Amino acid sequence: MKAAPYLLCLPALVLFAGVVIVPLAMTVLLSFHDWGQYKGIEPVFILKNWQEVLGDSYFHEMFARTFRIAFFVTLLAAVFGAPEAYILNRMRSPWRGIFLLMILGPLLISVVARTLGWALLFGGNSGLVNKALMGMGLIAAPLPFMFTETGIVVALAHVLMPYMVLAVWASLQRLDPQIENAAVALGAGPFTVLRRIVLPQVMPGILSGAVIVFALAASAFATPAIIGGRRLKVASTLAYDEFLNTLNWPLGAAVAVLLLLALIGIVWGANRLVERRYAQVFA
Amino acid sequence: MAFLELEKLTKSFGTHNAVDGLTLSVEKGEFVALLGPSGCGKTTTLQMIAGFVEPTSGAIRLAGKDLLAIKPAKRGLGIVFQSYALFPHMTVAENVGFGLEMQGVAAAERTTRVGETLELVGLGAFTTRFPRQLSGGQQQRVALARALVIRPQILLLDEPLSNLDAKLREGMQIELRQIQRTVGTTTILVTHDQAEAMALSDRIVVMNQGKAEQIGPPHEAYERPATPFVANFLGKTNLVNGVTVRPERISFAASGLAGTVRTRIFQGNHWLYQVDTASGLVTVIRQNTGEAMPVEGDAVQLAWEGRA
Repeated sequence: MKAAPYLLCLPALVLFAGVVIVPLAMTVLLSFHDWGQYKGIEPVFILKNWQEVLGDSYFHEMFARTFRIAFFVTLLAAVFGAPEAYILNRMRSPWRGIFLLMILGPLLISVVARTLGWALLFGGNSGLVNKALMGMGLIAAPLPFMFTETGIVVALAHVLMPYMVLAVWASLQRLDPQIENAAVALGAGPFTVLRRIVLPQVMPGILSGAVIVFALAASAFATPAIIGGRRLKVASTLAYDEFLNTLNWPLGAAVAVLLLLALIGIVWGANRLVERRYAQVFA
Repeated sequence: MAFLELEKLTKSFGTHNAVDGLTLSVEKGEFVALLGPSGCGKTTTLQMIAGFVEPTSGAIRLAGKDLLAIKPAKRGLGIVFQSYALFPHMTVAENVGFGLEMQGVAAAERTTRVGETLELVGLGAFTTRFPRQLSGGQQQRVALARALVIRPQILLLDEPLSNLDAKLREGMQIELRQIQRTVGTTTILVTHDQAEAMALSDRIVVMNQGKAEQIGPPHEAYERPATPFVANFLGKTNLVNGVTVRPERISFAASGLAGTVRTRIFQGNHWLYQVDTASGLVTVIRQNTGEAMPVEGDAVQLAWEGRA
């Protein structure tokens, strides 16, 4: 019975097609439909929405902001998450478990609740973050966090940090436990061991963590909506507004599809890069 | 004065003494094996010499200097790990050259010395390969070359052959011994394999529960085991009326300890017998010389030198 494996896969395949492929295809189709204030959606095939999205500088700026935020969030997550994973990996029980729970704990709380927490910390000139920074003498005047890209980047980096920590942690687990000792015995100092031995081996973990964080940051909705507010729009909040406020579904669909295509392109490119760069060593 | 001296070396984990007052002197150029079952403290001893574990008390001196006062990175010891711990992202040449690079040896000299050492271990043609592309035996040689290229004062081998299959292991034993003789590096081997320890080393230290049960040349420890533990650990042994007798020293004779053959197992170059006697079950090993041998159920007489 050669058909058996396919038949067994069928229920999952039907579900996948039903909840992913079909809605996706319908969204793509929708982006080619026409829309008017009084006539609503017209099922015709036109390029108007795409011309608008690709031609209008308002959309350029918005997409640039989306990917700029995603880039800095990824950078922050890597700069803090990778060392965090390394330190965590060297901790002994019970500390390791406690700190791992502290890092992964936020995943158990709704993104909206966490972001509202950040909004409280940022809130205005007397927000806790500004008070703390001024108290430490790091800044003279309060920094604007609410309704700024900086605020979105900080809050998103916190929200997405666990994904980076987990990815780096996984690659650290694959490290030979004696490898650092081997380098030390050959005369390498602690910094050299990190830079020459540990970092190159966890690089694939950092890069795959970066891909996840970048994709999630670029498509994040709740955090940019709450911290960014009404004016500072990113791709996902704009698509939301087109769908639910302006009711211009076709234009919203075009924005959403373009975001998806751009993300697929970036993730695919990054994967190719990792595979080509590290295939020989880590195949 | 001995080259390497361990003096009353002790390492405690809580109330348990992993290494318990170990004293050992190793001469320059000597090959010493720390032999014992897992948990006997042999690996902890090696790690204290390497500097990865701090002793609770005791001293380690190398050429008269206090080794414990020197950081692990500055001790200049060559270590071959059980897992080899090769750097997977570096080529064979980069792996072997890493220690020289850390010492600040110029690139040209580095290349020469890396080439020489890889020739020594028979891997001259593999410089540009990555560890993943090598067999277990080849990785082991790279690990050895990486440890030897820095011209270490002492070579520490942590179960270096345990990941190889039986045939390869035998070949590597001979080769390891030859290489050690050639370069003359003082070597400490940690192993649980008594055959490996006896084949390679000038002296063995049989360890049990953190203490040295016997220190001496392999044949001496085998012939005159100091304790029942040593006798049992170094190959098969019989305890007949309170006297230990090696199975290969017992022969079938016209008169002696009477018994009946219970089992007979053919092992190629020798026969392994279990004989029921009045003094209990006795194991006998006889060379396979092609002659007819007693079969199961036969009545036999057992004799050995020194039997009253």
